[in-house]
Amino acid sequence: MSTGLERQGREVTEDDLEALIGDRALGRDDHLNAPGFVIRPDDVQDVLFDLRDEAGFDHLSCLTAQQYEDRYESIYHMKKYADPTQEVSVVVPTSIDDPVSQSAEPVFRTADWHEREAFDLVGIDYEGHPDPRRILLPETWQGHPLSKDYDQEQPQVVTLSEHANPIQPDHHDQESDTMFLNIGPHHPATHGVLHLETVLDGETVVDVDPDVGYLHRCEEQMCQSGTYRHQIMPYPDRWDYVSAGLLNEWAYARVAEDLADIEVPEYAQVIRTMGAELCRIASHMLALATFALDVYGDFTAVFQYGMRDREVVQDILEDLTGQRLMFNYFRLGGVAWDLPEPRGEFLEKTRDFLDGLPAKVDEYHDLLTGNEIFQVRTHDTGVLEPEVAKSYGCTGPVARASGVDYDLRRDDPYGYYENLEWDVVTRQGCDNYARVLCRMEEVEESAKIIEQCVDLLEDWPEDDREIQANVPRTLKPDPDTEVYRAVEGAKGELGIYIRSDGTDKPGRFKIRSPCFHNLSALGEMSEGEYVPDLIASLGSLDIVLGEVDR
Amino acid sequence: MSSDKPRQEIYDSTAPSSDTRESRMGAGPDDRFNSRLREAFGATPFILTKFDQFMNWVRGNSMFMLQFGIACCSIEMMHTYAIKHDLDRFGAGVPRASPRQADVMIVPGTIVSKFGPRMKRVYDQMPEPKFVVGMGSCTISGGPFQEGYNVVKGAEEIIPVDIHVPGCPPRPEALVYGVAKLQERIRNGETSPVVVKPYELEQFGDLPKDELVQKLASDIDEDDLVMRYNWADSP
Ligand code: SF4
Repeated sequence: MSTGLERQGREVTEDDLEALIGDRALGRDDHLNAPGFVIRPDDVQDVLFDLRDEAGFDHLSCLTAQQYEDRYESIYHMKKYADPTQEVSVVVPTSIDDPVSQSAEPVFRTADWHEREAFDLVGIDYEGHPDPRRILLPETWQGHPLSKDYDQEQPQVVTLSEHANPIQPDHHDQESDTMFLNIGPHHPATHGVLHLETVLDGETVVDVDPDVGYLHRCEEQMCQSGTYRHQIMPYPDRWDYVSAGLLNEWAYARVAEDLADIEVPEYAQVIRTMGAELCRIASHMLALATFALDVYGDFTAVFQYGMRDREVVQDILEDLTGQRLMFNYFRLGGVAWDLPEPRGEFLEKTRDFLDGLPAKVDEYHDLLTGNEIFQVRTHDTGVLEPEVAKSYGCTGPVARASGVDYDLRRDDPYGYYENLEWDVVTRQGCDNYARVLCRMEEVEESAKIIEQCVDLLEDWPEDDREIQANVPRTLKPDPDTEVYRAVEGAKGELGIYIRSDGTDKPGRFKIRSPCFHNLSALGEMSEGEYVPDLIASLGSLDIVLGEVDR
Repeated sequence: MSSDKPRQEIYDSTAPSSDTRESRMGAGPDDRFNSRLREAFGATPFILTKFDQFMNWVRGNSMFMLQFGIACCSIEMMHTYAIKHDLDRFGAGVPRASPRQADVMIVPGTIVSKFGPRMKRVYDQMPEPKFVVGMGSCTISGGPFQEGYNVVKGAEEIIPVDIHVPGCPPRPEALVYGVAKLQERIRNGETSPVVVKPYELEQFGDLPKDELVQKLASDIDEDDLVMRYNWADSP
């Protein structure tokens, strides 16, 4: 089926794209990261199908919706799983009076949730969407909060009845006797406040529909009302709040540095890399600990072991950044301060932790992955096929455990990763077990990276320790510059889109959350399996509601 | 009697061990099983107290927490329960997944409009007497998200809160301190006054029929429970 343009690994040039889209392109709207093509609202599926099948753009990374004075706009940010540096943006303007655009759901499954979000927050309608409902805000909400004329003061009424009564007939399946079950939003297995609307036939899951939004804290609005230089950086810490703070901060740092054209000193990059990988270890440890909690209700052994190791990492991070959880340590153009004094002691402490890590990892393998009960519970459950994973835009350990070899640290390098020796972990298992193993191996890879960074920092010449570039007090990027950039967060590709409007605050700030995509694949993974497997699958996705809901 | 003799021997034979015990602990009453409580009783094993006071004392030393995670603060809350900080040392660390078995609720995070009614429902399901510890700035005022269109400006808008622990997030030590303070208050029999909260669960039919209610009338049943947010009146 592959045609002339389908070339794995070979660059698709702008000319190729122009030829492919042809006169369906109404014009160009280039972004800093990618060429952008403006198309008509009823050409969406057509163009996206072509880009996916003919040019190999198989990753719908993000969908940004926004309102201008005179129009609405949906931007489809597309990439390739094989090479994420090849990007293209498809820009779809719609009129203010009748904002209707064609749905991209038949092309990419992930467009389902994204378009619901765009409808919810901005107010664009997607024609042909299978399930046009609100997603983050309650059904009865009035208005679209990120649209221009939204009145934040207006009263709202929220019902409790979204939780349908389990005993009433659910009409899901007339033939067999099904039962509707609410899991959450207050439930120990949902990792926060997630609500799963589940339909059961006996103990088998027939249908599961995650109902999110119980932690929708208006992160995008908050970032849009902060200034670039200092006021936005604290918020990323609170997206993926499982100690993954520095990884999130890097997402903002990267996009803002690209936007304002800031060079980061090499020394700061090494510190960033080290801090970020420490965060990844802490985050994966929690994933492991809570997964044990989910799978065998183990609050005493593995959970406490995970917490013990996290305490050590948090201690080191506290020495470095001054906080245990919400670090706020990155600055545009570098980091806030140098390593703590005495340096030797700090580096020694970090080394001690790394030295002890292999023994601890062995311990986890003994307790968890080597345990027969655990293997029976997790092997071949929650299977996520690679093609399905791609269609839902899954990234991070979830995708890598399904054999999708995609890691932005290597494929779209930033920081100091390029100069270090480490491997991307992939697994072919596609099941819950593979996802656990994948995270555990990633912990070891992160340890390798940290070790090299520690060595580098130890020998770094004293007169060359520049921790921050010179950045003006107020940043005002040129108006109408648009950029979308992503980094490899703890859960996967964490991306941010910013459009500047000439002031010192972003005109539009959109967060692409990896958990949002990963969670949307839950139905696909658990339908037809037993309820306990559903819980295990949910645990193995390692979602953080702060990031899903933003 | 001859049968007395062996008993006597047995009794005699224990002499060396009681010697050592005496030499170890000194003369006087054996206080190996003593506790602060026992000490308070003095020489007699009886106390005279009011039943209420006794109950308060017991209650403060055996608190069952609701296992309830909302946002970032819940990560620090987990660390407070887990090793190193170990809240259980203070008689306040058994997390219960069901609200019907819990008597203290730590609210660890931001409350948004969609979650408000559910939190109220969970609170209502807890048996009396119940206590609430608000953890973090979000439960005090909405914290960093106070300006958000969807954020309830503090847990106290919906349920009564006994103890506020400030911080974003508070360190585990701070939460331990907050819980200890709550225990102190419970032991002393202090409770916070129950006041009507601005946001209540009410039946839709009971709301004043203003423009918004009329608009929603076709979507919501008369007897559905709803929560109405008047953002303009929020602090
Ligand atoms: S107070 Fe801070 S850490 Fe706690 S939930 Fe709110 S934002 Fe998160």
